[in-house]
Amino acid sequence: MNNMSDTGDYSRLRRLLDALNIDPVLLTLLMILSVFGIVLLYSGGGASIDLIVRQLTRLSLGLFLFILVANIPLRALKSLSVWLYLFGVLLLLAVMFFGEVGKGAQRWLDLGIIRFQPSEMLKLAVPLMVASYLSDRVLPIGLKDLFVSVILVLIPVMLIARQPDLGTAILVGSAGAFVLFLAGVRWRIMLSLMFLFSLMAPLLWKFSLHDYQRSRILTMFDPESDPLGSGYHIIQSKIAIGSGGVYGKGWLNGTQSQLDFIPERSTDFIFSVFGEEFGFLGGVILILLYLSIIFRGLYIAARSNDSYGQLVAGAISLTFFVYLFVNIGMVSGMLPVVGVPLPLISYGGTSMVTLFVGFGLIMSIRSTKRFMG
Amino acid sequence: MSRRVHIKNEYLETRLVRRRIILSALFILVLLGVLVGRLYVLQIVDYNHFTTLSDKNRIRFKALPPARGLIYDRNGVIMANNLPAYRLEIIKEQVEDLDQTLIDLKQYVDYSDLDLRLYLRAANRRRSFESIPLRLNLNDEEVARLAVNLYKFDGVEINARLTRNYPQGDHAVHALGYVGRIDVKDLELVNENNYAGTSHIGKLGLEKFYESQLHGTVGVQQVEVNSRGRTLSVLSETAPLPGDNLYLTIDSKLQKVAEQAFGDLTGSVVAINPRNGEVLALVSMPKFDPNLFVNGISYKNYDKLRNSKQQPMFNRALSGQYPPGSTTKPFFGLAGLEAGTINSQSKIFCRGFYRLPNKEHRYRDWKKQGHGYMDLKGAITQSCDVYFYDLSYRLGIDKMSAFLDKFGFGKKTGIDSTGEVSGLLPSREWKRKTLNRPWFPGETLNTGIGQGTFLVTPLQLANSTGALSLNGLRYRPHLVNALENGSSGIKTDIPIEQVYEGGVSKKLNWEQVHKDMVNVVHGLHGTASGIDRGLTYRMAGKTGTAQVYGIAQDDEYDEDTVINRLRDHALFMSYAPSENPQIAVAVIVENGGHGSSVAAPIARKVLDAYLVNIDKTGSDLGDGSQP
Repeated sequence: MNNMSDTGDYSRLRRLLDALNIDPVLLTLLMILSVFGIVLLYSGGGASIDLIVRQLTRLSLGLFLFILVANIPLRALKSLSVWLYLFGVLLLLAVMFFGEVGKGAQRWLDLGIIRFQPSEMLKLAVPLMVASYLSDRVLPIGLKDLFVSVILVLIPVMLIARQPDLGTAILVGSAGAFVLFLAGVRWRIMLSLMFLFSLMAPLLWKFSLHDYQRSRILTMFDPESDPLGSGYHIIQSKIAIGSGGVYGKGWLNGTQSQLDFIPERSTDFIFSVFGEEFGFLGGVILILLYLSIIFRGLYIAARSNDSYGQLVAGAISLTFFVYLFVNIGMVSGMLPVVGVPLPLISYGGTSMVTLFVGFGLIMSIRSTKRFMG
Repeated sequence: MSRRVHIKNEYLETRLVRRRIILSALFILVLLGVLVGRLYVLQIVDYNHFTTLSDKNRIRFKALPPARGLIYDRNGVIMANNLPAYRLEIIKEQVEDLDQTLIDLKQYVDYSDLDLRLYLRAANRRRSFESIPLRLNLNDEEVARLAVNLYKFDGVEINARLTRNYPQGDHAVHALGYVGRIDVKDLELVNENNYAGTSHIGKLGLEKFYESQLHGTVGVQQVEVNSRGRTLSVLSETAPLPGDNLYLTIDSKLQKVAEQAFGDLTGSVVAINPRNGEVLALVSMPKFDPNLFVNGISYKNYDKLRNSKQQPMFNRALSGQYPPGSTTKPFFGLAGLEAGTINSQSKIFCRGFYRLPNKEHRYRDWKKQGHGYMDLKGAITQSCDVYFYDLSYRLGIDKMSAFLDKFGFGKKTGIDSTGEVSGLLPSREWKRKTLNRPWFPGETLNTGIGQGTFLVTPLQLANSTGALSLNGLRYRPHLVNALENGSSGIKTDIPIEQVYEGGVSKKLNWEQVHKDMVNVVHGLHGTASGIDRGLTYRMAGKTGTAQVYGIAQDDEYDEDTVINRLRDHALFMSYAPSENPQIAVAVIVENGGHGSSVAAPIARKVLDAYLVNIDKTGSDLGDGSQP
């Protein structure tokens, strides 16, 4: 894709993208994935044009923000990080006290015109904050800085886990952890941190969760105990994917999917529809497409000459991978059902916008690199 | 990497991060390899297995709703049970064209707009392939007509389901509450999966308060269906666990006596066993039939209930707040004795009104010509207002509200039902907090005769009367004695809970007030002496009249000319036997005029039924006819 011929049209386009600080490779990959997502959503959403139109609207909004964020200078971004983070944590507290309860979890903040899920914002605010903190220190970091960073990550993660929204808590937590990993925290320390958390987990479990939250989380980990709830999803999802075989049953032809056996088939379980209709071959191609996006993100991160930019771009790319891994892992019955969408494909507004803003940040890092270099 | 650099070196640092990035890229490759491997196993290795499942994927999980727990009175009389009733149910996913089906169905079975709205709301919300009722309570004719034509409708079923039934109709409705169709909001408060297949949920009263115990645990049936969704065979089944049965503290017979004693009057009676807080009767009149709500009440009926002047759906016993009037006098009298402000010999002269020092305003006694010289005994027996104006003035509002607080005034009793309100015990602090105004001396006087801002619920008054009868000892009133496990039949008693242990210093003071209250009923000049004829036990009581309508300074209140809505409320509180209290009763008759003439006879009937006509094994009662 890098070896496009240098025609006049192309170079004009190239100049436009340059002016907008857009990496053409990443943009192309994202567009292929998004178009792919729309096509799949048409099948997953039961051929609803309405759904497609709404998703396209979000896609446009996402692209707009993508370009906007790509043009924020790195320095401005860095100084914004702290405020974004504080604002996000404040909103989380607001949700805890005034939030709306939807489907039993308290995640939404109703601002009159829009309902807003502040936890979504923390997916970016946390890595920005930790990266901003760490990049001012000498890398690899010492124990004190490590301690501060861990606290910075844990505060929002615990608030989100309490809602309870385990999926988002995992994504926010891993975004923070990736920054630490990239900042060169030693293996020994990484491992002992993990060990420490596994020790702390039972305590958190006992003291910071309500009864009904605990039972909800338990069902997530043991779906078979709840065949009327999520257990049903997993069983049906595995049948859908497995019966897809090598080539799949063809677009709009998945019997499992089209007969409504798969719940949430336009959102979290859309990969089941995909697996059934496009088979193993389609799955491998989709995973390769995702892999290219992640690697391009990591490539941009690696080439940056600024440790802040590196940390941010690296962590965002790695978080994107976590989305992918957890989602496909859960619909294929490898991981518990925690409600993580398939990035850029699942129907749903906030996650799509967050993802595009995230890629916008990667762009902004890339452009800064060039200007500085 | 183990080399520590202490000076910030962007070059070294970016190189470090870069190394970590490359490392994570390798990780990603490995993990994505795992994903591909997983897909390989599902889609290629186990392909045949899953294809077979998919081809025959007619396996469904059906929810088996549990039977709701039954409700018995304290003697085992059934208050709420479940009856099988036919329902028209639709599985939306199996219907080709829902709109058309709904129109076509109307030819065979009529359903209201409300039925339709409830159905659509539930259908949008529930799990796929769940059958959701469109019409409840089909009659035989409707079942027959529909059954013949059912073949035309895929996804439409007639199912016999257990439906809540209140066999005694409106009897004790305000104690029981009722169940109604589940709404979206209800589902957010419970574990939604446990309510798969459940159509009703407790909306009010005990049914709501004990929802989690009454409901039970859902069962699951794994069934094989054909391509049109009809069940072919049951593959496995986990039976539902029925909910717990409730045994109430309510005595259905006593409740009935109390209800009948009211006749057409509006108001409330609460009877409590002061020795453990058991609520023996909880009546709010008028009543309504809870069965109306089970099968979806029609707009017409609902409007009728709601717009009725007498407000039958209003639970006066728990949510009604009334000025306690003169029923507060024994409490304030005791407060005066305890504080040493008065003793049993202190006398004042009542000339029909009271004036604060240097003020013009006359605080009137209900007896215009005055009571003459009054001691505490006379003031309670004849309900002299002036005596209590004077007492309140000398006692002061702070001591008054602090003392009455010990009897639970102004606080929820914590009864195990819904809708209880706290009433209001006026105090300086309350007024400053809520109205941000200073306290005026005139308000102290009004409080002293249970008027002004003072408000009680009938439940509170009964509970406080009980506490008064046992020298302050007070329990949390409760409606449920025991829970019976629906499957094992094991009964668990609900522990009684002491709220206040008493603690007024002088026993003599208590005895004085008890004596005076006995005198209200048995004494020559007692305001309730009209009810003592033929009493076989000794009873203590106090009448009360609560003003609804403010009378101007020079006007007179004339019972005959004031329209009914503005007539005074009649109150009566009592306990008996006075030497060994077994039951405390509070009666409030709205717009009933004087407590003595209307409320006291009702209390007497309840006490008679409990103490005389009932033998202690609880088997028979004078007019104990069962419906």
